[in-house]
Amino acid sequence: MAYDSFNKLTSRAVPLPIENVDTDQIIPARFLKATERVGFGDNLFRDWRYHPDNTPKADFVLNDPTYSGSILVGGKNFGSGSSREHAAWAIYDYGFRCVVSSFFADIFRGNCLNIGVLPVQVSAGFLEKIFAAIFADPHTELEINLPAQTITLLATGEQESFDINSYKKENMLNGFDDIDYLINIKSNIQEFAKTLPL
Amino acid sequence: MSNTLFDKVWDAHVVRKIDGGPDVLFIDRHLIHEVTSPVAFLGLKNRGIGVLYPERTFATADHNTPTINQHLPVQDPLSANQLKTLEENTKTYGIKNYWGLGDYKNGIVHVIGPEFGITQPGATIVCGDSHTSTHGAFGAIAFGIGTSEVEMVLSSQCIMQPKPKSMRITINGSLGKGVVPKDVALFIISKLTTSGATGYFVEYAGEVFENMSMEGRMTVCNLSIEMGARGGMIAPDQTTFDYVQGREFSPKGADWDRAMAYWKTLKTEPNAVFDKELVFDGAEIEPMITYGTNPGMGMGISHHIPDAEQVEGGVATYEKSLGYMGFNEGDAMIGKKIDYVFVGSCTNGRIEDFRAFASLVKGKHKANDVTVWLVPGSHVVEKQIREEGILDVLTEAGFTLRQPGCSACLAMNDDKVPAGKIAVSTSNRNFEGRQGPGARTLLASPLVAAAAAVTGVVTDPRTLLQ
Ligand code: SF4
Repeated sequence: MAYDSFNKLTSRAVPLPIENVDTDQIIPARFLKATERVGFGDNLFRDWRYHPDNTPKADFVLNDPTYSGSILVGGKNFGSGSSREHAAWAIYDYGFRCVVSSFFADIFRGNCLNIGVLPVQVSAGFLEKIFAAIFADPHTELEINLPAQTITLLATGEQESFDINSYKKENMLNGFDDIDYLINIKSNIQEFAKTLPL
Repeated sequence: MSNTLFDKVWDAHVVRKIDGGPDVLFIDRHLIHEVTSPVAFLGLKNRGIGVLYPERTFATADHNTPTINQHLPVQDPLSANQLKTLEENTKTYGIKNYWGLGDYKNGIVHVIGPEFGITQPGATIVCGDSHTSTHGAFGAIAFGIGTSEVEMVLSSQCIMQPKPKSMRITINGSLGKGVVPKDVALFIISKLTTSGATGYFVEYAGEVFENMSMEGRMTVCNLSIEMGARGGMIAPDQTTFDYVQGREFSPKGADWDRAMAYWKTLKTEPNAVFDKELVFDGAEIEPMITYGTNPGMGMGISHHIPDAEQVEGGVATYEKSLGYMGFNEGDAMIGKKIDYVFVGSCTNGRIEDFRAFASLVKGKHKANDVTVWLVPGSHVVEKQIREEGILDVLTEAGFTLRQPGCSACLAMNDDKVPAGKIAVSTSNRNFEGRQGPGARTLLASPLVAAAAAVTGVVTDPRTLLQ
């Protein structure tokens, strides 16, 4: 499924300063029963966001009108646990295009890159600064510059660069996905399959 | 140079390396289930393409299936629709190895793969489920993938993966009384934390693993993901070969001999260098239990819950976690009242786990106010439970057996632990709400689960074992 290309993003950000946010929190298993990729954003952080009777929990950040934007800033080890790509879909579908954290779980990071959500890993110190800046002024903006691989706190100009492999970067910039690439090398794959040890 | 087990298997499957990017990795076997595959098939449909090697994909329904009355139509319309979609997709795309609900071969994807010989040494195996790492027990490279990657494998039999870093965890010596493979895994995770192995692929080595059964090795490799590792693997040896031989999809005759010749080369060379090495002593490990909301928050069962200052990570996160569990710093785990016991899942839903459970409850009786769900990982396990007389022991002690499936491991079906209730579970995740909204999970071995099931409180199984 191709997605919108990603180049530069300037936005306010939603802070979630909790560590080890696992994909069961991002989207609980009981919402994985769909056979199409629609509507997952409604259930993003479902059990943190709503009471059992479906009324919003006022103290959860997504229900707090103070904060908005298309960047989600999470604590260390974001996206651990289940491989469910639904977690990345829910984040995308809700309207986030970028997640910032000081550390991402592997599968989650890969899933994000595959569907057009940019995971931006920053140092623990910079993450603290970002949280502090948002809490001090919820209107503070972050700039994510994918071509330059930088993230900037616009208010102060403080900046860090982030890693992304050049192949994935190219994909994100163009909105390509891996399947386009793999289908193009199908004959190479079929030749290779004949050389497998077993 | 390919001189670790991991490198040997990985390098044999690299179709090409992309400059500055991932490797294109050929996948020998692809396991699919009803929950993470439908959108991948939809992707194929939208692109107008088919499945490149349908014979390399194996499908089961497990995540979303009931564990009672499996012969009746599935009640929940959404679940029923997912099951029907899997059946239709496998038919449309020529995937003949499809085992739906009611089929004898149906069961948890990571339990049936090994049982039918689909899992073999030296293979690359993926599935849209993070505990695919289970299959690493056979010396395979096995890991969980997302739905986009499921679509990649269906369409091209390949995925794009950067090669992970390597870690070896060696445990020598022997395990004490009442200490089983689950404890070994929870011990390692408690040492590494839930993110300590992120970016790594782990090889487990040393006497403790060499002396483990295949079931035990599967439990350990299964939990690799809970410390963030992409996967874990153990070099194949005679224990492995004996397990694989004679199963439905295992090589036969001359193919077997050829396979054996190759499989015997699959071990790490003495001069191999790992990016990270950790060594523990088996005698350090006691029966383990978790007290928080991630699998890294575990400790020896006789210990007390540590203070926030003693653990890695932020105090706020730690307090949120204990708050969810209803526990306090300094609490002893032993003696805590429990409400539910769940034995099952791809972590501990194999025959050895039910043997262990039965060995402890034999001659005792289920505690009155505890609900116990015993869910075999597959029909094969269920059959073994009956044939070995384990069911009689369980029945006599007041327990009943449910039908195979993932069940309360992820609580997608009706097997949900109610809000606020405490469950001792042999599964793999104690995340908030994992076993049902508001449910509180203590991860532990089948022995610890058995001790809790007969006493109604957290109990050191060593005090009950003869
Ligand atoms: S038992 Fe749990 S972890 Fe294992 S495959 Fe099923 S849901 Fe996944």
